[in-house]
Amino acid sequence: MSEVAQALAGLKVLEFGGYAAGPHIGKVLANFGARTIHMESRERPDGFRIQYPPFKDNRPGYNRSGCFAFFNDSKYSVTVDLKKPAGVALARRMAQWCDLIIENMRPGVMERLGLGFTALAELNPRLVMLSTCNMGQTGPRADQPGFGSQLSALAGMCELTGVRDGPPMLLYGPYIDYIASLLGTSAALAGVIRSRRTGKGALIDLSQYECGLVFMGAALREFFASGRVPARCGNDDPVAVPHGAFPCLDREWVALSCWSDADFAVLAHAIGEKELASEARFATAPARRANSKALDAIISAWTAQRNADAAATALQAAGVAAYPVVTMAGLFADPQLCTRRQFRVRRHPEMGDHAYCYPGFDLAEAPGDIVGPAPCVGADNDFVFRDLIGLSEAEYGSYRQQGVFD
Amino acid sequence: MLLSNVLIIDATDRLGWLAGRVLADLGADVIKLEPPDTDRSRSDWRAFNVNKRIVELDPQIPADRARLEELLHTADICLLTPESSGAHLDPSALRRDYPRLVVVAIRPFGGVGPRSAWKASDIELMAAGGAMALAGEPDGIPVRVSEPQSYGWAGAQAAIGALVALFRREATGRGDLVDVSAQASVIAALSHAPAFVDLLGVEPTRAGAFMTGRSIKGARYRVFWPCRDGYINFIFYGGVAGRRTNEQLVAWMRECGADLGALAAIDWKTWDPTKADQAEVDAIEAPVAKFFARLTKREFLNEGHRREMLGYPVATVADIASDPQLEARGFFQAVVGSAERFCGSFAMIDGKRPPLRHHPDVPLAAAQPPLVVSAAALAEPSEVTAAPPARPCTTGARLGAKP
Repeated sequence: MSEVAQALAGLKVLEFGGYAAGPHIGKVLANFGARTIHMESRERPDGFRIQYPPFKDNRPGYNRSGCFAFFNDSKYSVTVDLKKPAGVALARRMAQWCDLIIENMRPGVMERLGLGFTALAELNPRLVMLSTCNMGQTGPRADQPGFGSQLSALAGMCELTGVRDGPPMLLYGPYIDYIASLLGTSAALAGVIRSRRTGKGALIDLSQYECGLVFMGAALREFFASGRVPARCGNDDPVAVPHGAFPCLDREWVALSCWSDADFAVLAHAIGEKELASEARFATAPARRANSKALDAIISAWTAQRNADAAATALQAAGVAAYPVVTMAGLFADPQLCTRRQFRVRRHPEMGDHAYCYPGFDLAEAPGDIVGPAPCVGADNDFVFRDLIGLSEAEYGSYRQQGVFD
Repeated sequence: MLLSNVLIIDATDRLGWLAGRVLADLGADVIKLEPPDTDRSRSDWRAFNVNKRIVELDPQIPADRARLEELLHTADICLLTPESSGAHLDPSALRRDYPRLVVVAIRPFGGVGPRSAWKASDIELMAAGGAMALAGEPDGIPVRVSEPQSYGWAGAQAAIGALVALFRREATGRGDLVDVSAQASVIAALSHAPAFVDLLGVEPTRAGAFMTGRSIKGARYRVFWPCRDGYINFIFYGGVAGRRTNEQLVAWMRECGADLGALAAIDWKTWDPTKADQAEVDAIEAPVAKFFARLTKREFLNEGHRREMLGYPVATVADIASDPQLEARGFFQAVVGSAERFCGSFAMIDGKRPPLRHHPDVPLAAAQPPLVVSAAALAEPSEVTAAPPARPCTTGARLGAKP
């Protein structure tokens, strides 16, 4: 793993847990130079290593999971069996080394292990601990288990996805988990910034449900103010019309929108139908909305003769907001994302060369990077325990003898 | 508060509002520069600008510009959406003139690249970031979430960028320029879907209201089930959590006298969703559909919790607003002196939720003396204790003037 003088150089992070919501935080921090250690055990590794495809060559294996790799690049992996008292003792020693602990166990598990915030803060008063789970650490349903893919339904996103008369729609994967992990990353950074300024640690209780509701904040404020309950409406917008996705050649789609009559006049001109803007049925937004079926047919007739990229390029050249509906394969070829080096290939010991996703921002003077591939399970035990934590050979051997690293 | 003593100038439009809100929720003093003609009655403006101090600024007026410059000398972070923030807030010029300042520029496609000047609203950004390719019926139109999401993804990543750069400044004394792409920010919403292409050459696509790809025999599983007052999200999972859920569901149906049909014969300890064919899936789903149709969403939520089952109702904002879990944690909040309710701070710190401190209807300029009194005063803003009822923006009111 390369050492780069990055913005978060010197920040020491320890992760307990697995899947998405916790590890994604550590990945983002690691991309900017934090030294992030992902703790799991060989007997019970991170669930993303074994439970979810894709696997390299479709062959499952602890070190073959693309799902795990996607959220754990640039980190170190250690194995500690927390069911053994010696494992807990080692974890407590690591808590004295780090600045930040991220955990996404069910509420109460860390306390039962003797690794709760109160206990660890006695060892390390500057410690920041971020605990993230479905419902938060308190409340009548704090103990309810759940997956982010279903929590997105409870938080209102699925209700607002789909066509007006159809059922709600799925959003891919644990959509809401990544809202929580991004907001949680800010909270964790705020905690360590204060800790460095004041020497005071913090316990951050992050409810993935509540974080998701932040993205629904406008609809919730509107409900409190007016009682209005929004419904899914396909791609319609209360202001913009047209506003939607239109079919192109080769089963591609292009998204576009017009936010004013002037915007529509530009669109009409761009698709060779400039007289539309002066027709009564399309001249105003209410008129276009009332005649949206006819309007969509006209726009679709133009888009259907082009591929999505050509359509979007022509529309943007004219001044219309438009972009292809980018597929997962298209992300790797998108010229804008390629310029940003959004996906960066790194060589993994078992998976070979494959791509990791960079965050959506970068720093000009201290850019981040995909510092290294995702670690194989327990690959960094020697380095972390000897060189970082400072175990003596005798201590390291003793832990090994007790099966702590199994 | 975690970010006490951090002063932020927020000159963003809709694309970046959330960034300042996130940082304000963490305790930063966020001063929002607002053009006088902004429609502040809109729910999105209010939801994402509450907890900031509002300043009306006219960059054409020399006195306002001088005050802004004074403020920038004191500030730690400046949040911009350069397309609308104004020429007087050019990101590169700010970096040059204020070396300690962290400048965050949030743009639809970032500051570099062949499409950096392209226009986009939420729908184009959700399309550009791949999210629309994954939402909708498999053979239907790609759809977006009706409530804009891309601005949230951009704002959330911008807040992180601001704090990464602030962390570095604490060590080096140097600010930085943070370049945020909303398109790239949306990709976080896709989970690991891009990895299928990279590793296997497989293209994940829209799955509609069903889940596919879990059965080697091609069966699809229902995700959304009609109930008495809407829909329930429930999936037959395998594994430990799935087994418990499935067992509890059957027990619940049995206690209610529901017809179990094919469910009665299944041993959940050995049942494997990856090996079921469509006929088997249809057979076990049929009695469940009938049972769920009798339930309300709240009944499913409460009993599902009691039985530690996986699954949630498909909630509307009305359901969310009355959720006892949120009530118990004090998630919805009002600024002291106002009845207007908002989502509160997104995290609880040391067991407490930081209160909302500033109401969006109280311009900072309402208080005399002028805005910049001292660094210390800016670092510890006084609490707003009384907020007037919502009123339209006073067009023409500006920095340093009475409203």
